[in-house]
Amino acid sequence: MSPFLNEISTVLVFGLAYAMLLFIISVGLSITMGLMGFANLAHGSFAMMGGYVTVTLVTQSGVPFAAALLISFVAIALLSIPFERFLYRHLYRRSELDQVLLTIGLVFASIAGVTFIWGPDPQLIQMPNYLKGSVDLGFNTFPKYRIFMIIAGAMIVAGLFYGLERTKIGAQIRAAVDNRTMAESVGINTDRLFTWTFALGSGMAALGGGLGIQILGGIKPVFAFEYLVIFLIVVAVGGMGNIRGTFFAALILGIIDFAGKFYFPEGGAFVIFAVTILVLLIRPQGLLGKN
Amino acid sequence: MVPNHSSAAKAVNYLQTRHRFHWGEAIPWILAILVFYFLPGYRLLATQILVMIIFALSLDLIVGYAGIISLGHTAFFGTGAYITALLATNNIPDPIIGLIAAAFGAAILGFLSGWVLLRTTGLTLLVLTMAVTIMLAELANDFDEITGGFDGINFTNSDIFGLIELDQLWYSSSYIYVLIVLFLSFLFIRTIIYAPFGRMLIGIRENPRRMSAIGTPVHQRQVIVYVVSAAIAGIAGALWVQVQGNVTTEVYAFELSGDVLIMLILGGTGRLYGAFLGATVFKILENVTEQVLGTDQPYWQFAIGLVLILTVLFARRGLFGIFEDLGNKWKERGQ
Repeated sequence: MSPFLNEISTVLVFGLAYAMLLFIISVGLSITMGLMGFANLAHGSFAMMGGYVTVTLVTQSGVPFAAALLISFVAIALLSIPFERFLYRHLYRRSELDQVLLTIGLVFASIAGVTFIWGPDPQLIQMPNYLKGSVDLGFNTFPKYRIFMIIAGAMIVAGLFYGLERTKIGAQIRAAVDNRTMAESVGINTDRLFTWTFALGSGMAALGGGLGIQILGGIKPVFAFEYLVIFLIVVAVGGMGNIRGTFFAALILGIIDFAGKFYFPEGGAFVIFAVTILVLLIRPQGLLGKN
Repeated sequence: MVPNHSSAAKAVNYLQTRHRFHWGEAIPWILAILVFYFLPGYRLLATQILVMIIFALSLDLIVGYAGIISLGHTAFFGTGAYITALLATNNIPDPIIGLIAAAFGAAILGFLSGWVLLRTTGLTLLVLTMAVTIMLAELANDFDEITGGFDGINFTNSDIFGLIELDQLWYSSSYIYVLIVLFLSFLFIRTIIYAPFGRMLIGIRENPRRMSAIGTPVHQRQVIVYVVSAAIAGIAGALWVQVQGNVTTEVYAFELSGDVLIMLILGGTGRLYGAFLGATVFKILENVTEQVLGTDQPYWQFAIGLVLILTVLFARRGLFGIFEDLGNKWKERGQ
């Protein structure tokens, strides 16, 4: 096997796994921003808390990994509802700066909060046997977990697209993103729709937080800050509220970021930001965003 | 002079006199001098507060007056800091030259990034300001043979004008030095704010489309104020490392961008003295929290998060807004 093909396939598989993770976490943020026009910088905090719930369930209560992911999805989705109802709702009509400030306050408090409980060091997780080791695909061997990540991501993407394009609630969400006033006047309860969508997005973030523990080298309090920028970048590059755009942006940025760090260990982390600035200069509304 | 009874005359009078110094404006400077003489043990903390006031003032220019939300102001603070430190380690240790070079370097970065970034608005702009800062932080970390990385680099300043040594033990000359730079920066910003340029910035903040319609080149003016703000932030960064004689990649930290924004919001945006009050309260509270509760847990971070949430929900105009409301209530009661 040529070393070139070997390298390319490694970059693609690792990059794709990372891209899936980016999509799972960012899609909720994209919908919240498109639907409610709300700059939710605390989205990364929900992902972080999902990661901590997963770690705790697996390492302390011995819950199987897959079940822990599911529980953290439900738990964080439910937890996010009072936040939306009692905190965010007051700021939908306020300025962007106010939204940014309130949610940064949440980020600070949540980072401190998880440090009180779990400490500042990264929490690692023991993977179940079926996700350990590597798998030989004939031309190259890959870690099983990355392959699992890609398959799980693809399933979630398919489910989301189906839900949005083919179900009634999906149609309602798309209608509300396009024109909220019109959607309300044809009888869609956008308030309730917002709450449920927000909960779903936060739950997805939590799921991503749990799935990402292995790939990102453990979950730690600064996660909420460190990765927030990446999630925001994915949303901005894709176009707010556009799920297809978010998916493409995650795909492009995930693979580019991994390739950058793989080929240029020094300064490679810088590539993704350069690409972002370039894309947003040419298309300030994002790849698939509306004008 | 027009008589004072008609409302038009009142407005004229207001416009003619609003830029004049009010006696209350002397209070912060008197306090700063009193601290120097009576609380010498707190000079280090006070010096840090003075630098943070400069930094917060520079942010107030763009956030409070021009309405440009930035979460990446440390890009300029850090660049100013590194320019000064690198000059000092390369045989140009004069602090004044360091300040000027920092201001210029940060201004150039402000021009390049502002010219590009300010074509966007809202969330995209916010993301891009963050992206620029993090990019610089990554660069500083990757090129740690130049920047010293996490450990940083130490340097010594030469004496100011070859006469006055910046002492890092008692902070006497350092404190006065920073206070003078703050005073000059403040006068400069105050002049801009009360000039027609400042009114125009407020116009852009309130309604960019209308300002554009009446003939203001909005993008160009935004870039100008962004450059000025960047230069002053660069000066703040330079001072920060000059008084410590040490610089680390921490000067690019994203948290610092958040902190300075919080200081500004806490004091009140778009009112000059908000930066003074906010930076002082923030730093003192931080110090008290860390002394009382210790630093083994991030109590301060938790507290400031809650304070920020409460400020946004209940006191959006900051501490100054609270004072104003209380003052008005008191006046009403008196009548």
